Amino acid sequence: LLSAGIALPLFFALGLAGLAVGLGLHFSSGTIRELELDYTGAPRSNHDCARCTNASATSGPCLCTLRFELAEPFPGPVCLYYQLSNYYQNHRRYGVSRDDLQLSGDPWGLRVANSLFNDTFTLHRLVNGSFMPVPLDSRGISWWTDSNVKFRNPELVNGSLATAFWGTAKPPNWPCAAYLLDAGNPNNTGFVNEDFIVWMRTAALPTFRKLYRRVHQGNFSAGLPHGTYRLDINYSYPVLPFKGTKKVILSTVSWMGGKNPFLGIAYLVFGSACILTGFVMLAVHIKYQQQNQMDED
Amino acid sequence: MYQTAGKMNSERDSETTFDEDSQPNDEVMPYSDDETEDELDSQQPAVEPEQNRINREAEESREPVKKDCSWQVKANDRNFHEQPQFQKTTFLCCNKSKYAGNAIKTYKYNPITFLPLNLLEQFKRAANFYFLILLILQAIPQITTLSWYTTLVPLLLVLGITAIKDLVDDVARHRMDNEVNNRTCDVIKEARFKDTKWKDIKVGDVLRLKKNSFVPADILLLSSSEPNSLCYVETAELDGETNLKFKMSLEVTDRYLQEESALARFDGLIECEEPNNRLDKFTGTLVWRNMSYPLDADKILLRGCKIRNTDYCHGVVVFAGADTKIMKNSGKTRFKRTKIDSLMNYMVYTIFVLLILLSAGLAIGHTYWEQQIGNSSWYLYDGQNYSPPYRGFLNFWGYIIVLNTMVPISLYVSVEVIRLGQSYFINWDLQMYYPEKDTAAKARTTTLNEQLGQIHYIFSDKTGTLTQNIMTFKKCCINGQMYGDYRDESGQPQHCTEQVDFSWNMYADGKLSFYDHYLIEQIRSGKDPEVRQFFFLLAICHTVMVEVSNGELNYQAASPDEGALVTAARNFGFVFLSRTQNTITISEMGIERTYDVLAILDFNSDRKRMSVIVREPDGRIRLYCKGADTVIYERLHPRNPKRHATQEALDTFANETLRTLCLCYKDISYREYEAWNKKFTEASVATTNRDEALDQVYEEIEKNLILLGATAIEDKLQDGVPETISKLAKADIKIWVLTGDKKETAENIGFSCELLTEETTICYGEDVSALLQTRLENQRNRAGSNTQSSQRTTEPFFQSGRNRALIITGSWLNEILLEKKKKKKKLKLKFPKTAEEKQMRIETRRRAEVNKEQQQRNFVDLACECRAVICCRVTPKQKAMVVELVKKYKKAITLAIGDGANDVNMIKTAHIGVGISGQEGMQAVMSSDYSFGQFRYLQRLLLVHGRWSYIRMCKFLRYFFYKNFAFTLVHFWYSFFNGYSAQTAYEDWFITLYNVLYSSLPVLLVGLLDQDVSDKLSLRFPGLYISGQKDLLFNYKKFFVSLIHGIITSLIIFFIPYGAYLQTMGQDGEAPSDYQSFAVTTASSLVLAVNFQIGLDTSYWTFVNAFSIFGSIALYFGIMFDLHSAGIHVLFPSSFQFTGTAPNALRQPYLWLTIILSVAVCLLPVVALRFLSMTIWPSESDKIQKNRKKYKIEAEQWKPRPSAFRRGISGRRSAYAFSHQRGYADLIASGRSIRKKRAPLDAVLGNSMAEIRQAAETS
Repeated sequence: LLSAGIALPLFFALGLAGLAVGLGLHFSSGTIRELELDYTGAPRSNHDCARCTNASATSGPCLCTLRFELAEPFPGPVCLYYQLSNYYQNHRRYGVSRDDLQLSGDPWGLRVANSLFNDTFTLHRLVNGSFMPVPLDSRGISWWTDSNVKFRNPELVNGSLATAFWGTAKPPNWPCAAYLLDAGNPNNTGFVNEDFIVWMRTAALPTFRKLYRRVHQGNFSAGLPHGTYRLDINYSYPVLPFKGTKKVILSTVSWMGGKNPFLGIAYLVFGSACILTGFVMLAVHIKYQQQNQMDED
Repeated sequence: MYQTAGKMNSERDSETTFDEDSQPNDEVMPYSDDETEDELDSQQPAVEPEQNRINREAEESREPVKKDCSWQVKANDRNFHEQPQFQKTTFLCCNKSKYAGNAIKTYKYNPITFLPLNLLEQFKRAANFYFLILLILQAIPQITTLSWYTTLVPLLLVLGITAIKDLVDDVARHRMDNEVNNRTCDVIKEARFKDTKWKDIKVGDVLRLKKNSFVPADILLLSSSEPNSLCYVETAELDGETNLKFKMSLEVTDRYLQEESALARFDGLIECEEPNNRLDKFTGTLVWRNMSYPLDADKILLRGCKIRNTDYCHGVVVFAGADTKIMKNSGKTRFKRTKIDSLMNYMVYTIFVLLILLSAGLAIGHTYWEQQIGNSSWYLYDGQNYSPPYRGFLNFWGYIIVLNTMVPISLYVSVEVIRLGQSYFINWDLQMYYPEKDTAAKARTTTLNEQLGQIHYIFSDKTGTLTQNIMTFKKCCINGQMYGDYRDESGQPQHCTEQVDFSWNMYADGKLSFYDHYLIEQIRSGKDPEVRQFFFLLAICHTVMVEVSNGELNYQAASPDEGALVTAARNFGFVFLSRTQNTITISEMGIERTYDVLAILDFNSDRKRMSVIVREPDGRIRLYCKGADTVIYERLHPRNPKRHATQEALDTFANETLRTLCLCYKDISYREYEAWNKKFTEASVATTNRDEALDQVYEEIEKNLILLGATAIEDKLQDGVPETISKLAKADIKIWVLTGDKKETAENIGFSCELLTEETTICYGEDVSALLQTRLENQRNRAGSNTQSSQRTTEPFFQSGRNRALIITGSWLNEILLEKKKKKKKLKLKFPKTAEEKQMRIETRRRAEVNKEQQQRNFVDLACECRAVICCRVTPKQKAMVVELVKKYKKAITLAIGDGANDVNMIKTAHIGVGISGQEGMQAVMSSDYSFGQFRYLQRLLLVHGRWSYIRMCKFLRYFFYKNFAFTLVHFWYSFFNGYSAQTAYEDWFITLYNVLYSSLPVLLVGLLDQDVSDKLSLRFPGLYISGQKDLLFNYKKFFVSLIHGIITSLIIFFIPYGAYLQTMGQDGEAPSDYQSFAVTTASSLVLAVNFQIGLDTSYWTFVNAFSIFGSIALYFGIMFDLHSAGIHVLFPSSFQFTGTAPNALRQPYLWLTIILSVAVCLLPVVALRFLSMTIWPSESDKIQKNRKKYKIEAEQWKPRPSAFRRGISGRRSAYAFSHQRGYADLIASGRSIRKKRAPLDAVLGNSMAEIRQAAETS
């Protein structure tokens, strides 16, 4: 592998490949539309949500709204994410507080993670002067294996989930008991609630996004057209104590997922470095080959 | 050049004899290994008067030492030894007999104790113990950061593999013990001899041993089938000497204890010294029938000897089992470790310190983070109000657990597996198999292989190691005419290599190869009577014993040289047939004649000659003499016409490194003989100084001799010795020859194996002593002015880079190294009188110690400047001492190679001991680390196996440290993004299996199979070996390079996925930037990177390498998909929590792009750097590798050069062909061995003679 006959072509070939992949990634990343909306409501920001920051969980939900313009259409499917920062979901103490036995259906001694993200969002589009709700699909936002294998509700007792959960305490920060998470939909309540499952798939890094809803239904199956939108936020999740931020993100997706500037640039750098090294190696090779030949002569 | 040295030498010789007292004697061995201080005193020729006085004072104040004979053995009385006074308390109350049973036990475990003892043994190793502690830490809920199985699974695997290896070893030991313990011999029980197993023999038992059987215990010889109860034994197992020794019983036991019934009634009591390890000493008394008889070592048969030439013998067991001398002698086997081993240990300690530092740093980080962020993160509240410092403290232990994989648990077991494999390669190497003796090379120790690639000094025995210990008659000079070259019947030189046909001689043994047909012609025609006279002398003048077995004549000679000469005479038609006390029968060209032997003037090291006086059938009395040329020439008759011609022949022989002897004779008139015989009889009964008196008398008759000719004997070197030595020298390995042989012989062998050449300047003991003296004075002066006493001078002893060699005798060694004085000091220091005196003595002793150390260091420095060093006349203990000196002052890796029991000590002392196997004695082999049949295999062992092992081990270690760092430090980088919370960057199962399954096999295979250049090229370019000696491939620098490489890899493995995960989502919008996907991404990148890295490191690609690398990767993905499957989660929900992660994450193309990028960024810089360094600074092996094809073509055309025989112009004096042992003359003269008394036996002997003759005639 280290002979000149292999190493030099290898470097040039890898360099070119790296450049090609890099360009591809860079451009496909560039085509992705993404909109970030910060709604933390930090003190002294004149954000509508700032008034909700002091509301405690017990005082009931606090509603705030955000208006924004889409200058150009977002082709579907459009995903709605929430993003938290400075939030250490990867902290070991956070990790060990979950009990996977419970999540697969054993309710006794329940101590479910207390910190389920419980802000909720609804999206409206200004059509002809009035705000039309944009349908948000909450199905299929979690991995199939999570919602079908890993997370199971306890056996129904007398056909009622509530009875099955009987004797368990509501997590103190939750507005409602686990079995009421999506009370109307028996397939999405309790532990198999997809929002809960998404939350429980802990993030790798302290700044993370989690999928909230998808827009791919009704009038919006082709995406979000340009125009004015209003986001209604049911604000109840406190992040200011640990200096965190909350954002809502609208994004389109491509073959390689969402916007990811890093990988494209990294490949471009890698490709050019390879080619550069290839030239250095070539020069050294030629120089020392001549020298060796002279030595032999 | 050489002549001057030679002259100096001869001058010195005369000086030596003249001034015996002040100079060490080159001829005698120094003291025996275990001589007591008393014995030393009596031998000490001259001590300074002051020291004498101190010694005397010391002796006076000492209590008289009483030789106590507390060891009592009663024959045929087992109850006697059970008496309470012979019990000793072992444990608190447990009484045990002080007499050991005869069963030997070398095994360590039995089925019940195996598990606990083996586990205990294993947990004594620091690494295993460390992991046990980790396991315990993991059981503490507050700090456990990894699941228990992450440590337990690898630990069980490691313990299991080691336990299996120990089990196999122990089973082998059990089997060997059983084999020995179940051998049988006849023991008297209930008044009859009964077949009894060895293990059931007890002290006091009376045994009967048959011919060719081993002696089961140390036995007092009572009687035997031979006259005078003589018994011949072969002691090869004990001391490596193959010639027979004889033992003789007391006359009283010989007379009364022949019958079974008498033996059964025997109730003698033996009182003797306690068991000890001195093979040649025994003192005791036999009390029987109210008489006591003194016993000495001549009456004791030692365990391990073999009965020879004796139909049967009887004896009573004195020491059994562990008390026997051979067992006492086996000594403590030193536990040898390699240099890499200790280096590795230090590195593990370094890593351990690093681990603690990292953990402490991260713990501090965690404390700080908790204060800043953690405390305000309400979602992290776990109900425990620990303070941040306390959390930091807990996290310290948490990180110790998480980062524990930096200290590689599987390192030690992998290293052992690799060494075991390499040992098998050595065992299987057909090129080190010696077909003639059917011995393969064997790695007896499996833990030292890579050390074979780092040898600096080789200490070699001579006899049996460099030489075959086979003497063959090569050439002769008769009446000034040289014989022995290639010639036809008419004396014309010939090139054909047709051997001489000895079939005309029915006694010829057919083993002699001789090419001078002219000599045969001369003998058979009888034209030159001197030729016949010459061989007649060889047949008559010796002390060889003859034995007839299966119609064959067997000669037993005290030295192999003499055996060679008598055998040569036999082949040339002058056959020594038999001898009695005073006759000798010889077949002269088929005619049998018997001569009266009037006297045998035996050989000793001063006389360097032996003579016989015989009366021929016609009444003439003649003296035949053979001896070293120097002594013979002094005693020749002034008018000897062939004197000069013979001298020239002697010089020629010496140039060909043959060992020579001069033969001469002299007629004695009857009157002269009568007169001499009277003096001789007087001298032989003299009570004081008998030996000197006899020498004096011998001197009188051995003069005015008539020179007959000279013989030349080849001390046959083993095959390929000079080539091997020159190869090893090119590999910068220094070879020291340590031999018990005489200076002349050793020098001779030095020349013949090309250690010494004509250009070599030889320094002898005197020169060394003088040089060292000046050096020491210089150092003292400098120390005085400098006040820094222990300063070391580094300037060389010799100015020019000339070719020098050192030849030094054991006595000089002692003198130079101040060994004797040390013993004296010890003695006198025992009795200090006053405190002041005590202080003074301590001061003097300290000064002496410093002095001695300085002197020893200087000597080693000097010796190491010489190209070759030969130490002759050294005892086994000195051999070990020399090795120890070089080990101590040069810090170099040493190898000792030898074949005999006298090499055992040195073999055990050196870093690596090699035994030459296939010889009779097994002692050296038993205590060696490696054994093979021939010296020449040493070059393959070192230059091929040793070098490969070293390269492999270094590569293995470098990679191993690298891969563990690359693996573990990812956790470290990750902690900056998870609040220093000891969160792992991988799944627990991955951590468990990484070292065991995903990354172990390829590196193991590299450790087993890798080679930079082929074996042929390794042998062709010995210079490649030097990198091992200089520790170039694995040292602290390389370790840190591996470390940094590992750190960089871990950085890449962490930060490229980190960048990719900063802002991303999946193809279908799901956000796979979750922790579990991240863990899979980093783990996959890591497995690919380290496996391809080992691919880059592999220089010798085979199918298995490729298979193992891709196999490991496939295994990783296979196992990961299984562990992440739904099924296993349903079965064990709490242990397998990564359900679905692998399939979900790895279907994202951008994660694959991330993995590919990380792997490429890890590997390509390595490729580039290696390419550049190989092009710019190619190493020796790189160059050879590059030209591999060219060399291959060359090798096909290349033929080994015929070893050019140098014929120098030197007048080097040859050695003379006697070993330093005495002959059998005393035995012959005493008549005890001769079958004279028993007429029937003589008849049997006669019959067998007739048989031989018949057989020869019919064939």
